[in-house]
Amino acid sequence: MTATVPATVRLANEIAVQFHHRDPDAAAAEIATHLRSFWEPRMLTALYAHVDAGGDGLDDLAVAAARRLRAGG
Amino acid sequence: MSLLREPDFGTPAREGAATVELTVDGIAVAVAPGTSVMRAAKQAGVDIPKLCATDSLEAFGSCRLCVVEIDGARGTPASCTTPVSDGMAVRTQTEKLGRLRRGVMELYISDHPLDCLTCSANGDCELQDMAGVTGLREVRYGSGVDAGANHLDAPKDTSNPYFDFDASKCIVCSRCVRACDEVQGTFALTIDGRGFDSKVAAGAGGSFMESDCVSCGACVQACPTATLQERSVVELGMPTRSVVTTCAYCGVGCSFKAELRGDELVRMVPYKDGGANEGHSCVKGRFAFGYADHPDRVLAPMVRDSIADPWREVSWEEAIGFTARRLREIQAEHGVGSIGGITSSRTTNEEVYVVQKMVRAVFGNNNVDTCARVCHSPTGYGLKQTFGTSAGTQDFRSVARSDVILVIGANPTDAHPVFASRMKRRLREGAKLIVIDPRRISLVRSPHIEAAHHLQLAPGTNVAVVNAFSHVVVTEGLADREFVAQRCEGYEEWAEFIAGEEHSPEAAEEITGVPAAELRAAARLYATGGNGAIYYGLGVTEHSQGSTMVMGMANLAMATGNIGRDGVGVNPLRGQNNVQGSCDMGSFPHELPGYRHVGDDDVRGIYEHLWGVDLQDEPGLRIPNMFDAATEGSFRALFVQGEDIAQSDPNTQHVHAALAALDLLVVQDLFVNETAKFAHVLLPGTSFLEKDGTFTNAERRINRVRPVMRPRTGKHEWEIVCELSQAMGYPMHYESSAQIMDEIALTTPTFAGVSFEHLDRVGSVQWPCNEAAPNGTPIMHQDGFVRGLGRFVETVYVPTSERSTRKFPLILTTGRILSQYNVGAQTRRTANVAWHPEDLLELHPHDAEVRGIRDGDLVALSSRVGRTTLRALLSDRMPVGVCYTTFHHPVTGANVITTENSDWATNCPEYKVTAVQVALTTEQASVREELARDRTRVGS
Repeated sequence: MTATVPATVRLANEIAVQFHHRDPDAAAAEIATHLRSFWEPRMLTALYAHVDAGGDGLDDLAVAAARRLRAGG
Repeated sequence: MSLLREPDFGTPAREGAATVELTVDGIAVAVAPGTSVMRAAKQAGVDIPKLCATDSLEAFGSCRLCVVEIDGARGTPASCTTPVSDGMAVRTQTEKLGRLRRGVMELYISDHPLDCLTCSANGDCELQDMAGVTGLREVRYGSGVDAGANHLDAPKDTSNPYFDFDASKCIVCSRCVRACDEVQGTFALTIDGRGFDSKVAAGAGGSFMESDCVSCGACVQACPTATLQERSVVELGMPTRSVVTTCAYCGVGCSFKAELRGDELVRMVPYKDGGANEGHSCVKGRFAFGYADHPDRVLAPMVRDSIADPWREVSWEEAIGFTARRLREIQAEHGVGSIGGITSSRTTNEEVYVVQKMVRAVFGNNNVDTCARVCHSPTGYGLKQTFGTSAGTQDFRSVARSDVILVIGANPTDAHPVFASRMKRRLREGAKLIVIDPRRISLVRSPHIEAAHHLQLAPGTNVAVVNAFSHVVVTEGLADREFVAQRCEGYEEWAEFIAGEEHSPEAAEEITGVPAAELRAAARLYATGGNGAIYYGLGVTEHSQGSTMVMGMANLAMATGNIGRDGVGVNPLRGQNNVQGSCDMGSFPHELPGYRHVGDDDVRGIYEHLWGVDLQDEPGLRIPNMFDAATEGSFRALFVQGEDIAQSDPNTQHVHAALAALDLLVVQDLFVNETAKFAHVLLPGTSFLEKDGTFTNAERRINRVRPVMRPRTGKHEWEIVCELSQAMGYPMHYESSAQIMDEIALTTPTFAGVSFEHLDRVGSVQWPCNEAAPNGTPIMHQDGFVRGLGRFVETVYVPTSERSTRKFPLILTTGRILSQYNVGAQTRRTANVAWHPEDLLELHPHDAEVRGIRDGDLVALSSRVGRTTLRALLSDRMPVGVCYTTFHHPVTGANVITTENSDWATNCPEYKVTAVQVALTTEQASVREELARDRTRVGS
């Protein structure tokens, strides 16, 4: 059940799947921009922590976006 | 103010320059071609007697009271049906005319009860008035029973809870029938019989309640006698004063005259000068105001330490002090970001503005969101991305110029009935209709209206449909290349994308279930049929791709050049009365008022300078994020203004768990609603009749909400928020709500020209209202988009993860019906329950049959997150495999079923797609009781 997935992972995946048709770099950049515009800092912190812990269940584009965002991109 | 009587010009206005010159009783007047002599006379200041004519209806010419003499014309033509001509000389008062009119009146009065002094319409009866102005002094035929055969014993129909039909007083002028036809478009009434036997009949001759009547009140409004009369007038008497104000139900935002006797509200009468409704109304706004003085109203503040404790009534000082202290304690212990607030689309712009200000300036974070999160937040995202701002493009009047009307995921006859009447009028005139909806909504086939295309798509496949439309436009050469070249950017890339075979109608058929040929035909009609207008509702936004779909519609409108003029556009039909306004006022956690991002240093600087505090530059939590953070423990206190999130938001169990986890929940509301059952503080709110402020409707129209009576709680809601802010250490003070609007205007460019004084002078304005457009902007993007060039966005269809399975083989969609409003907190406390006493599950007969379910059976409805019971309503309006229910009653708790899925961009819940199973049951489970048991366990 998706309810057992951490909320930030579920939400990040819902965003990422919308960008699967795009070039991965461009997609990661757009997702990062979206996250910066709309996500509250503690959600980003939780997302980064999940990425650091291996990113289990997290879409590859969401992982790339999180890394890009944390790097200031 | 005394009772406001609006002038009645007898027949509708005609458009055009006043080029026809004539004289009426020697007075020169110039009017537009096609104007009636009756109307021209009124414009010249001459009242011609009339009974069957009123200016909301086309002329009928039956009463013969409005006869006039015209130089050079034979006889005495009826002035209502006679159009003006240049040089015409009209005489309205001659001996001959007087004799004719008295003769007509004698016939009427000979079959009318002479009970004026005890009649409920005494003082507001046109028959009585006409007897006076015609100088009627005798009735040669006698009156009543002395006159022979009559209708004085005709029965009275009291079946409707809000108005009576007293046939004994009917003069058979047909105004009620014509109002039902022309104004409302329901065609529920008729004149049955001929000659002396003629009588008004509802439907096939049964009672009003048994007929198709939707109780909009148009017939009551049109009736010149006491035949159709508000029950409240019968019981209370005639009102003596009026206050013009704005309805607090749906996003149409109708203007009403609240008519009172002293401080007692007698009736609400639609205001002809109201820009949104122009004199029309629906059953909710016209009649369902009784909740405002319902005994359930909470009038004094209440607090409790634990939700397991009973409420304790306290003073305002104690309630505010308690709340302020607890909020600061929680922040001290858990951090600045541990608290937040939710604003309400049922409150005024001014009330919303101070709550978001309190959150940002006093709480010190951006954890403010609004109920638009769960309805039209994708509209905000999608239209901002493509057009540059979050707003519908047209005024409501614009639909009268549409040639092809595309209704997507909206049910305007139920949810926006007064606008629906405008739309139906245009459709009866010949505009073509395309409906995209899994359900066969009433609009698809109704009196004198039939949709050219009803695309009955599978729930969740909107984007595939709109992409197929655009594919046809691009690949068949139907795009408006000149408009695109001058006004838009990104077209070539988008056109290449959308021309891909995966977006073709043939590919879409596989996804949506809509035949490709029908998709192509509908797309061609929209692109080539003249002015194409899109109207959409929550069937667009409340999906996992709600924002994508909004952008898809914007793409389609831009590609066909259907933006920036009368009759076209992309128009969200907003759910609640002030959804537009609550969003405008900076209720979203990432935006300050006027849709400006909190990360914009310049914008933030405006408020930091004015408010004297540093503001956070990063977005706050959205409502679903608040729930997640509450269950995770980092979010501990919430201020909820006038919303019932425990009933309205999806996945009730999750919402309840989040609310129960809070250390402090403050609810500002009229009633102890479902959310208040988790609250520690209840701050009583004010009804719309007590508020002083503004609402902004779906067409961006800012309307005054004027106080009809003093706040029953002793305080305006904005005063309470100011006092709470002060108790938390921040000096927030306003002398009046007008002063709050002045601050909004000072800081928000689109509101720069708005003030109460300006609104009182001009009636209403549609934003942007500023130096460039002092009287507002009825139609947006006329010369350029708000963002400069309109932006095409690629909209890939991505299926929702919510799919039917063997365990949950049906798809549930949820929505609204005409007589109830949102969570029903208001309408359930009125006589509107006569129409909808419980939520029902609409189910296709085939789906019912295979489950052994008959109409009216009790059924269990279950999804992967919850279960409820309700009664089945078999209906082939639903396609096989799809069922439907409403969420108006907490005892049913439809949102126990809906899931955590949401729009990818905005987290607007996916209310419209939930995989469910339906089965017969004998066990009536009350969701409310089950959840109460859970709550007790949590609280103990």
